[in-house]
Amino acid sequence: MGILVDSQTKVLVQGITGREGSFHTRLMLDYGTKIAAGVTPGKGGLSVHGVPVYDSIREALEEHPDINASVVFVPARFAKDAVLEAITNGIKLVVVITEHIPLHDELSMIRYAKLMGVTIIGPNTPGIINPSEKCKVGIMPAKFFKEGNVGLISRSGTLAYEVARRLSEAGLGISTFVGLGGDPVVGLSMVDATHLFNKDPHTKCLVVIGEIGGVMEERLADYLLRNPVKKPIVAFIAGRSAPKGKRMGHAGAIAYSGEGTAESKIRKLKEAGVPIANTVNDIIRLVTRSIE
Amino acid sequence: MLLYEYEGRFILELYDIEKPKGYLARDPREVFTYVKLLGGRAFLKAQVLGSGRKRAGGVIFVNSPTVGEEVARKLFESEVLGQRVSRILVVKPVDILSEIYVGFIVNPVKCTVSLLASPYGGIDVEELSKRKLLRIEIDPLIGLTDFTKRETFKFLNLPKPLFAEFSALLEKLYEIFNDYDCEFLEVNPLALTRDQRLIVIDFRMSIDDNSLFRHPDFESEYLSRLSEREVVARKFKFSLVELDGDVGVIGNGAGLTMATMDLIVDLGMRPAFFLDIGGGASSDRVREAVKIALSYPKVKGLFINILGGITRCDEVARGIVEALEVSKHKKPMVVRLSGTNEEEGRRILESNGIKYFTSMEEAIEEAAKLFGEANGDTSRQSN
Repeated sequence: MGILVDSQTKVLVQGITGREGSFHTRLMLDYGTKIAAGVTPGKGGLSVHGVPVYDSIREALEEHPDINASVVFVPARFAKDAVLEAITNGIKLVVVITEHIPLHDELSMIRYAKLMGVTIIGPNTPGIINPSEKCKVGIMPAKFFKEGNVGLISRSGTLAYEVARRLSEAGLGISTFVGLGGDPVVGLSMVDATHLFNKDPHTKCLVVIGEIGGVMEERLADYLLRNPVKKPIVAFIAGRSAPKGKRMGHAGAIAYSGEGTAESKIRKLKEAGVPIANTVNDIIRLVTRSIE
Repeated sequence: MLLYEYEGRFILELYDIEKPKGYLARDPREVFTYVKLLGGRAFLKAQVLGSGRKRAGGVIFVNSPTVGEEVARKLFESEVLGQRVSRILVVKPVDILSEIYVGFIVNPVKCTVSLLASPYGGIDVEELSKRKLLRIEIDPLIGLTDFTKRETFKFLNLPKPLFAEFSALLEKLYEIFNDYDCEFLEVNPLALTRDQRLIVIDFRMSIDDNSLFRHPDFESEYLSRLSEREVVARKFKFSLVELDGDVGVIGNGAGLTMATMDLIVDLGMRPAFFLDIGGGASSDRVREAVKIALSYPKVKGLFINILGGITRCDEVARGIVEALEVSKHKKPMVVRLSGTNEEEGRRILESNGIKYFTSMEEAIEEAAKLFGEANGDTSRQSN
């Protein structure tokens, strides 16, 4: 079990012939992910680590009709077209690794996905990994993610790796980790992911790693007040010490005086009954306690 | 990227949107000339970024060229909203009947564009939301509809004969919003004049940084605004934010680096900068980042927190050592190195006499001992 991806996930890699696309295709294959095909316009007929490459998704689907997810490594200025191609061809899960996609491109591609019932993870995400099903659709280092019962949701990559590794060291593991992405506009939200984990019998506890910027954490707090989630949730908010009006590495990590501050997120989550961890150690301690 | 008012006015010009006549001055003498050209009475508007300029004293009315020159002299020597004033826009006063607010902003939650409008212009939008503010979501796949224009017009209670003009103005502003990849755009205020015209008095907009490649003119302006260090950061693809303190914070990944910075502050230290070397950094990138970090005179030490995933610890260690070899500035550093190729990374650090830690907590404690205030106090006592 776990959420969104499993052993039945058949992946298409968009931008498979690029440096990142080809490198991570090998790592995903090594992990056990079932990769059916790749697409790079103009490179049809090639093969990357044994994966056949096509010029278009339409052609890939003719040979591999069981493809049900796509992972996008296409450069920022062409990413919107790649995502629209995936949506138009009926792929229902699209993981967008690409960073620095123009804001208006993200807006229209995610809006279109919502209307077409397609789940977009990212953009600017490390992706998603489900250790018990040996499925990784993304770029996270697999060794940090041991099989277990903690659902991990994060807006940042490395911080989630740190937490995942420490959970494993503490004898706990991950049911699924999903990286939401560091951009101001993303597809799958914290509320969406929480909703999915709540329904997953394999997940016993949730860890949510938020950061400054936007209102995703505040909306999660509102959601929790209206929809009781029985599973314990532990949250961590990065950027408590960040100055206002400065973008901290992620395009989406910027707090203004009226919105997106760590204080506001922490206060709202606490009001919704979510314990807040101040350090990674705290996260492990709170998770251990909640599971006992 | 925020645009200066005068840059925004170029765009208004391109879209044939009415604004008060004005000139851009770079010294007090030019201000004198322009006030005179405009008939002896004018507003002097300091060209600074950010809202609240008027309250900060950045907009001043003058009633003669001589007064204009005098006021400008002071303005050019002062700071408004924390920025040096190097340009003043001299504009002709408009006979205003009422002031309106109109703006567009990306709504990241709904993936729409919010249209904002209020009959009370001239004050901050946060204040407006407490009074009377219309918010309509525009689907980016559909665009601005006629019924939305009608609703907005009615809400603003403008004189009926102005509908065609208002509707065309809204259309053009939405076009600018899309053509220039705006994060937000606001006209505040939009003036209704005594002779029943609509004139854009002040205009602010921000272009999404990731879209600058589509706007080469503004991209070069953006680059020219960066400091020397920021130019290097951009070239080598790491992210650098300068802060007020004296302990340099370096990490890989925005979240991890932010969390590291939070811990540094929790232990009473003050970060000098936030430097995220990003994912999969090569030793070249790390070397340039550490060189930049060492170049700040105010920095008394560096805290480097690396969790290798895609990033390889040996590359990081090599980069650190190379930076120390070429840099003139030597500063103490605490390195936490863990993850991919950590053995090799640690060997490199060790053979160069650099202290490292495996756990983040132990490393932070060491940093507190070396760089914390307590350390300063004890050394004073022992002296």
